[in-house]
Amino acid sequence: MVNEIKGGCDLNTIIKYGIILIILAFLSLTFGGVAGSTSATAACGFAKNLRKDMFYSIQNYSFENIDKFLTSSLITRMTTDVTNVQNAYMMLIRVAVRAPLMLVFAFVMAFVMGGRMAWIFLVVVPILAIGLGIIIYKTFPLFKKVFTKYDALNKSIQENIKGMRVVKSFVREDYEKKKFEAAAQDVYADFTRAERILALTGPLMQFCMYVVMIFVLSFGSYTIITSRGLDFDIGQFSAILTYNFMILVSLMMLSMVFVMITLAAESAKRIVEVINEKSTLTNPENPVYTVKDGSISFENVSFKYSKKAERMVLANINLQIRSGETIGIIGGTGSSKSSLIQLIPRLYDATEGTVKVGGVDVRNYDLEALRNQVAVVLQKNVLFSGTIKENLRWGNKDASDEELVEACRLACADEFINQFPNGYDTYVEQGGANLSGGQKQRLCIARALLKKPKILILDDSTSAVDTRTDAKIRKALREYMPETTKIIIAQRTASVEDADRIIVMDRGSINGIGIHKQLLAENAIYREIYYSQNKAGDQSEN
Amino acid sequence: MKTNQVKNKKGIILRLFKDILEFYPVMLPVVIVCILFNAVISSIPAVFMQNIIAIVEKSWQSGDWNAVKENILYLVFILGIFYILSLVSGIIYNQMMAFITQGTLKKFRVKMFNNMQTLPIKYVDTNNHGDIMSYYTNDIDTLRQMISQSFPQLLVSSVVVITVFGIMIYFCIWLTLVVILGVIAMLFVTKRVGGGSAKYFIRQQKALGHMEGFAEEMMNGQKVIKVFCHEEESKKDFDKINESLFNDSREANRYANILGPILNNIGNVLYVFVAITGGILLITNAPNFSLSGLAMGISIVVPFLNMTKQFVGNINQVSHQINAVVMGIAGAQRIYDLIDEEPEQDNGYVTLVNVREENGQLIECKERTGIWAWKHPHSSDGSVTYTKLAGDVRLFNVDFEYEPGKTVLHDVSLYAKPGQKVAFVGATGAGKTTITNLLNRFYDIADGKIRYDGININKIKKADLRRAIGMVLQDTNLFTGTVMDNIRYGKLDATDDECIAAAKLVGADDFISRLPDGYYTMITENGANLSQGQRQLISIARAAVADPPVMILDEATSSIDTRTEAIVQRGMDALMEDRTVFVIAHRLSTVKNSDVIIVLDHGRIIERGNHEELLAKKGQYYQLYTGAFELE
Ligand SMILES: Nc1ncnc2c1ncn2[C@@H]1O[C@H](COP(=O)(O)OP(=O)(O)OP(=O)(O)O)[C@@H](O)[C@H]1O
Ligand SMILES: Nc1ncnc2c1ncn2[C@@H]1O[C@H](COP(=O)(O)OP(=O)(O)OP(=O)(O)O)[C@@H](O)[C@H]1O
Ligand SMILES: [Mg+2]
Repeated sequence: MVNEIKGGCDLNTIIKYGIILIILAFLSLTFGGVAGSTSATAACGFAKNLRKDMFYSIQNYSFENIDKFLTSSLITRMTTDVTNVQNAYMMLIRVAVRAPLMLVFAFVMAFVMGGRMAWIFLVVVPILAIGLGIIIYKTFPLFKKVFTKYDALNKSIQENIKGMRVVKSFVREDYEKKKFEAAAQDVYADFTRAERILALTGPLMQFCMYVVMIFVLSFGSYTIITSRGLDFDIGQFSAILTYNFMILVSLMMLSMVFVMITLAAESAKRIVEVINEKSTLTNPENPVYTVKDGSISFENVSFKYSKKAERMVLANINLQIRSGETIGIIGGTGSSKSSLIQLIPRLYDATEGTVKVGGVDVRNYDLEALRNQVAVVLQKNVLFSGTIKENLRWGNKDASDEELVEACRLACADEFINQFPNGYDTYVEQGGANLSGGQKQRLCIARALLKKPKILILDDSTSAVDTRTDAKIRKALREYMPETTKIIIAQRTASVEDADRIIVMDRGSINGIGIHKQLLAENAIYREIYYSQNKAGDQSEN
Repeated sequence: MKTNQVKNKKGIILRLFKDILEFYPVMLPVVIVCILFNAVISSIPAVFMQNIIAIVEKSWQSGDWNAVKENILYLVFILGIFYILSLVSGIIYNQMMAFITQGTLKKFRVKMFNNMQTLPIKYVDTNNHGDIMSYYTNDIDTLRQMISQSFPQLLVSSVVVITVFGIMIYFCIWLTLVVILGVIAMLFVTKRVGGGSAKYFIRQQKALGHMEGFAEEMMNGQKVIKVFCHEEESKKDFDKINESLFNDSREANRYANILGPILNNIGNVLYVFVAITGGILLITNAPNFSLSGLAMGISIVVPFLNMTKQFVGNINQVSHQINAVVMGIAGAQRIYDLIDEEPEQDNGYVTLVNVREENGQLIECKERTGIWAWKHPHSSDGSVTYTKLAGDVRLFNVDFEYEPGKTVLHDVSLYAKPGQKVAFVGATGAGKTTITNLLNRFYDIADGKIRYDGININKIKKADLRRAIGMVLQDTNLFTGTVMDNIRYGKLDATDDECIAAAKLVGADDFISRLPDGYYTMITENGANLSQGQRQLISIARAAVADPPVMILDEATSSIDTRTEAIVQRGMDALMEDRTVFVIAHRLSTVKNSDVIIVLDHGRIIERGNHEELLAKKGQYYQLYTGAFELE
């Protein structure tokens, strides 16, 4: 068109070209739009699937897997790392086809059209390759390091959110700020170092091309002139300059992709780590789906949390519990009460010996079937943000409102829920922040009761509940769930006194088993605990 | 007012720019100069290349290298210099950009964190924790690309566009008008489509926060999920959230991706229109109207078309950055939300200072004397009084509610004198923890008065008030670090020996020394590798090393066995001799030996007295104490 205008100015011709151009513009708009929209879908969909795969994989983790990863690290992987990969992916689909094609095309053309002079590329390309190799070699370990630091940074943010009360009550705001600043500085220093090295990619490529340019311009003109265009003619001369320019442009594009990919590679590795982590507990080949009854037996069971640990947390436990029995467990801090009961629903596998439920080794059950029949109220329990009803339905998602109320009545939660203006629809903040300690515990108990399990385990679940309510809950359990095997861990002797049998734990082994009277007579530990709590003070005073 | 400021998009860009300039008052201008310099320098070599080609073209047939040698080598030499300049300026600005980008991210992180530390407890109680974390991850991430890539690109392009525009006006105003029309069309489309994109990017950032919030909460409760076989449920919930995140971010990117081609093609169409208009102007021999005063002619139209091409090309460049920019703005908006979040109010002016006692007078001094006093300036007459820190706490007719209409405490009055041990008992949810929340002003009372050493606590600076009250909270929170670090948290300059002494005092030494690395065992994930009781012991040791005049123990020993608890109590009694202790416990053996036991029920004090008095009264306490037996 420019030529048209230059040549003469026939308006009709201009308009004709104009219309063609406008049509082309619309076509390009349509294709561009479709491409843009598709690539958006592709990149976002890719990110979605990555997040999904990770989350699904985490859901299948066992307790041991969970202990292995920091939550903050998992979360960074689901956010920042996915974003990095997504950006790289988006970039890839945009230029990955175009830029290399352009590059190859330019190279081929340079050789075909440029003749001898093109051999200079063979000198430059290795230099470029070595340069890029060095950049990758230098940045990779940096990125690996920096992501660990980044995890730690997020960890400290998470801890400060959760522990805000502690920070405030010890007036440690300034201390935390300083600590955070140092951690942020750490991340900054490493990231900057990595980015600075990466930032050399562009100039490196430019440098190579500039060398080619200067070589071609000086040596090329020399050759042309001295050979009078025989060895190398003016057409080849400008061709090689043009293609060199094209190579430069596509290299610049590739350098951007290169930078992104280097960053994304480490992220991708971290994502894959999560997805590929296999649960340490797996369902057996032919699992048993029904739990016959609530009997439990421990046969020579020993247990430790990590294979490397020297000492067993539980040593040589032998124990038979009949279906429907109520067992109380009492014992010193860290005497492995919680560890003991976690073996029953197979939250961990025993290191030695076998644990049987309903006469069958727990390792032979389908995990879900087993856990549905063994309800545990964990010592470190968690409520989730949502209404009270939603939280309760964790126990049984199809429970009717009447069943919810019934369970809450058994757990003595009904009384306080009814006092809330919104009753069962009261919103519970994350971790139950707007509930009192005892209220949280009773909701957790109610949630477990909704499962209607064959075995119910309460791990120190009434520590923040007053004695009277505690007694009421136990009475309700006794009356309404007579067939259920109940295991109650407690620090108050009053909570275990009326159990069918009481187990006294001491440093990972069973110190004594028996009914209250018997232990009072025979077991020194039990006697001491009992008197310190109940009678000792009174006896001396009354 | 603040929200207005935040909602305004232009305001955000400006504020962001101002902040970065504030972070890097020297480097940023230098980088801008470098970027522009680089852009100019990089466009010059083409001219020299043309010259060289022209020379070669002219003289290749002569075959006389020596004749042109000097000329060519001279040009090549100049060219090389420009190349070097371009490389150097490129390297400089890229290096500096690395500092600025990462530095800005860091400074924003720190800024957010600093403000977060000042927020009231209510903020973390009512916001999802992962959602708060998302500010630091997802939102900060959006800034990266915007600063490191879009910013230089936009800078160069806008300078080029403005320059070209100026030259256009210089050449021909009629044709420039056509270009202006095109620009208006582009702006209109950008506003429309870009607005849609911005809306969705803001939604995407929110959805990301939501996703992170959900994931964080689920992973924290992962063990509960396992126990309840809730995996499938939580996968389903996650899918829903993930899907809506996908929708938002797809829409956002789609809008942004479409905007590029639209702008490009408006540019192409613009080019056509300029050509047609130019043709018409040439044919009709219209008079030119321009700053240069040149007559209309081919020598104007052709360069003008070239300029239009450059103009359009730059807009094309800019359109590649649209995603990053719009997303960055959405992220910045949320970042500023957190930075602007209203901090905890503190109008206190009474402070805690070190004093020396000289013949009955309290004299303020800098060094640590172990004696503390409240420094109370009186605004009326400008005098300052000192009151010795004693630990006398009184509540007068205190009413309190967390949410309007749901009163938790009614008319609570009580006093605790130094040296007294005051216990709170009562049914769960009676309001015991709430009282402690009021004492150190995590929440402020609605009605009534609380006095510490005779001073209304509203007048005391919060930090100093909290320093004067030690607390062991019902929910134990430990931090990543060694056991020693965690104990030292109570008193930062405590020596190892002091920490160990504190641990011994509260009976924690026994189990700590049995841990694999003793006091240097790492604690992670809030003490996942410890038993519940062990965690409580560490948090008690942490409070003990702080050695405060008033101590509040809220269910501090609920998961600790009685034998260890007796050690804790003995230790605490020794430590807190002559000082004030508040104890909350359900295990009545814990509170039996208190000087005063206060029985709470539904936020009211219903009984008070010591153990024997209350038993004799045969009221609520008696029932609580003997309740278990009565039921049988
Ligand atoms: N996940 C874990 N990884 C490694 N060690 C652990 C883990 N959980 C507990 N331990 C260790 O195992 C021992 C027993 O802990 P457990 O929680 O079973 O005690 P407990 O009797 O329930 O104590 P408490 O009464 O305080 O709840 C403790 O020494 C503890 O440090
Ligand atoms: N942050 C909060 N926001 C709203 N309501 C709250 C909040 N914290 C507590 N509450 C409510 O205030 C009431 C009193 O709670 P508080 O924690 O003071 O009880 P408590 O006597 O300490 O009970 P427990 O013995 O179970 O720990 C409860 O009904 C509780 O639901
Ligand atoms: Mg335990």
